[in-house]
Amino acid sequence: MPDLIELSAGDLHRKLVAGDVTARQIVEHFLDRIEQIDGRIGAFNTVTAEAALDKAADIDARLDKGETVGPLAGVPIALKDNLCTRGVPTTCSSKILEHFVPPYDATVVERLDLADAVLLGKTNLDEFAMGSTTESSAFAPSANPWDLSRVPGGSSGGSAAAVAADLAPLALGSDTGGSIRQPASFCGVTGLKPTYGRVSRYGLIAYASSLDQIGTFSRDPRDAALLLEVIAGHDPRDSTSAREPVPDYATELEKEVAGMKIGLPREYLAEGIALDVEAAVRAAADAYQGLGAEVVDISLPHTEYAVATYYIIGTAEASSNLARFDGIHYGRRADGKMNVDELYSRSRSEGLGDEVKRRIMLGTFALSAGYYDAYYLKALKVRRLIKKDFDDALAGVDCILAPVAPTVAYKQGEMIDDPLSLYLADIYTSATNLAGLPAIAFNAGTGEGGLPIGVQLMGRPFEESGLLRLAHAFRQATDHHLARPNLTED
Amino acid sequence: MQYETVIGLETHAQFHTRSKMFCGCKTDFGAPPNTQTCPVCQGLPGTLPVVNRYAVELGLRAALALRCHIAPVTQFDRKNYFYPDLPKNYQVSQNYHNLGVDGRLEIEVDGQAREVGIWNVHLEEDAGKLEHPEDTGANYTAIDLNRAGTPLLEIVSAPDMRSAGEANAYMNELAAILRHLDISDCKMQEGSLRFEAGISVRPVGGEKFGNRVEVKNLNSMSAVVKAIEHERERQVAVLESGGTVPSQTMLWDVQREVTEPMRSKEEAKDYRYFPEPDLVPIEISPEWLDQVREQMSELPAARRKRFIAELDLPPYDAGVIVEQKPIADYFEQTVEQGVEPKTAANWIMGEVMRVLNERLCEIDDLPVSPPMLAELIGLVTDDRISNSVGKTVFGEMCSSGKKAGEIVEEKGLAQISDSGELEAVVKQVLADNPDAVADLESGKQQAKGFLIGQIMRATRGKANPKLAGELIDRLTGD
Repeated sequence: MPDLIELSAGDLHRKLVAGDVTARQIVEHFLDRIEQIDGRIGAFNTVTAEAALDKAADIDARLDKGETVGPLAGVPIALKDNLCTRGVPTTCSSKILEHFVPPYDATVVERLDLADAVLLGKTNLDEFAMGSTTESSAFAPSANPWDLSRVPGGSSGGSAAAVAADLAPLALGSDTGGSIRQPASFCGVTGLKPTYGRVSRYGLIAYASSLDQIGTFSRDPRDAALLLEVIAGHDPRDSTSAREPVPDYATELEKEVAGMKIGLPREYLAEGIALDVEAAVRAAADAYQGLGAEVVDISLPHTEYAVATYYIIGTAEASSNLARFDGIHYGRRADGKMNVDELYSRSRSEGLGDEVKRRIMLGTFALSAGYYDAYYLKALKVRRLIKKDFDDALAGVDCILAPVAPTVAYKQGEMIDDPLSLYLADIYTSATNLAGLPAIAFNAGTGEGGLPIGVQLMGRPFEESGLLRLAHAFRQATDHHLARPNLTED
Repeated sequence: MQYETVIGLETHAQFHTRSKMFCGCKTDFGAPPNTQTCPVCQGLPGTLPVVNRYAVELGLRAALALRCHIAPVTQFDRKNYFYPDLPKNYQVSQNYHNLGVDGRLEIEVDGQAREVGIWNVHLEEDAGKLEHPEDTGANYTAIDLNRAGTPLLEIVSAPDMRSAGEANAYMNELAAILRHLDISDCKMQEGSLRFEAGISVRPVGGEKFGNRVEVKNLNSMSAVVKAIEHERERQVAVLESGGTVPSQTMLWDVQREVTEPMRSKEEAKDYRYFPEPDLVPIEISPEWLDQVREQMSELPAARRKRFIAELDLPPYDAGVIVEQKPIADYFEQTVEQGVEPKTAANWIMGEVMRVLNERLCEIDDLPVSPPMLAELIGLVTDDRISNSVGKTVFGEMCSSGKKAGEIVEEKGLAQISDSGELEAVVKQVLADNPDAVADLESGKQQAKGFLIGQIMRATRGKANPKLAGELIDRLTGD
């Protein structure tokens, strides 16, 4: 049997279909590895070993009978624990949903099942996807596989760490202001945030509805293309999902990059960026020039307002989205006899963490009578200006190359008491969500402490193909991806 | 000092749709608790709403009928407040981009036409229901989400009404429109039509409105009328004694027929409306509006005018018949069978409505179709049966579903208009009542009525009364 850990999702699938390996062998292999390693990483909230083995047995039985199987048959996948899974706890890493078991599957979960992917389990996140270190999880922080004393980033930290530590070849996350791209960058994996509306949000427990987008984690862009093709497309249950056709991303990925035009926004390479990160971005630009792409300077003049705009709109929507967690209908309820107002107050006080409360209060304030115009409405106007910056820039270039985060991964606990600095570190990622654009983050070198540094490419709406193509070409032309975290026990 | 009352009404009408506003669940009334729910209307995390296009169309009908301005794009907003019957703790409603704005409704009070402004018409979802089974000794509250997510139409009037009578006319006209356009069945007892009234008073001729009192829990039109009269009296008394009426929200106490202030905490609300990000704005194209217009039937006001002008109905009859569209349709179908309109109206306002009230049913549930009623009326006008036998036959038709002719035949109810056949009966009655005959012969005409009554009794109502009278005259030898 080949060493399954080294194989991409695509290769695993091909070997399964070729009969070199069974789905059961693949699944057992990953379950064993989770068993051995995840105690140190803490990527998973729940491991669905039994259901995974059942699904594997089903796939093997169908293959034995010569039946056709789906495009992800036998490929294990981990899901961020804010994606609803029928019969499997979906906690958002929050005490208030600790024992919540949805009676339905998210659309992406249905599509993965139809494609015969095998769900390994649910991964840790910052509570309700609010954070960028996975330390605001109500259960336990996750560790960065490259350096266990560091954070994996967040909020999809568990999914990023799972892929980086080879606990799963694929994972899904959600990105509201950088929650896929930043942990992908911190963990040295490929993270794709599709265009808003590209993937149905039905079953994604909302943080900020107009910004949230489900996306992928994988070792390389080719696997991202494979996974995106399965989960993308219109869903009648999500009226914000787009009716745009879904291209054959795997074929698109192989196309030539020579002649493509890449913009380098000067506002993203100004003050506040660490030297090693800036160097990685410039080196990536050079690599693209070497591949025959043209790199030009561009400007996104409203960049400095992105973080403030994001935190007003995001928290305003969150204050309403999270109102339903009240201890009445499901989830954690405060003990004892009390009136309903007290029951709300106590259930929410006990069930929600500090960061979530902070954002609910910010958002409630921004929507309050007398402040609505000055904050929420103003933020909507700025959002349009930010969108226009991108529209103008992307009229002249095919995509935009930028850093993902100002630094490499933080030490555990380093930022936990400094929410404002953490918010400001969303500077390079949050504007993409405000504009609804697709972006892909991938490893482009190592920096301080041998930690990975990611860069991102942002593109026009529904042009994920171009981003995948450029990310793939970069990987073919460089050897940054050869560096891997060392997780062997001492 | 003379005071005038200033009234604005908010009306909530439940749509006549089979499914909910944002999911496919049914909206049947009276189903067992929580049997018409799904993850979406239960507000489970991760679920998303999808707009019921038919409900939007019904809303557009109302907006058009109320002559509103309809913007090319409409949008939903979230109204945020915590209450256990609201599973998401926000209600999807409209606030910033209402379906229709600046409309008007013409009403008639004491023969005078008046116009009431419509501020806006918008769509929203209903909440669930709470049940407090204290009387069974239970120490819990039960939540039924069957109603949660049911489509509602809210119609907000301008403060243009000046009396309880005007408010009453407004409510009736609005309900007639909603029924006529198949927007809502307007069954107040099932909660499909609900009102809230904004009431203030001011000295006659005053320019500024007085402080407004909002009255909730008005579950019938008569409650609205009583609440307006009660508030007028209460507010005038406060002003007369030199006080000021506080702006506040009151609840109508149905039993005691008074308004009671709501707890101040409940009314101090900031709903933090903002655009619902889970729903894309809805474009209302001119083509769509044209389609909706085509589906709209004649409005009640136009229909009343037509019945008066073309069918010669008295205005009162036209008003009663047009109030409910199915009845107006039934009337027209009866007239189409060749029945004289006023006669058809008399039958429908009399016998038909009496049976509907007795049976608490709808006209569509009645086994008597318009052609069947027309046949019955024909038997009466042709003197085949008497009017009173006709009423009996109608009752029989309602229970058995048989045709009038069949019943008359089976039961031998045809009027005795044959003078030979009737003569024997008349002779017998005269012989049995010599006193009455004597009275009649001495000129007491009342005695003739008595004798006809006896003849009717003897024939079980089948005697043609006119013929019976003629026979009496002949046989008493006047």
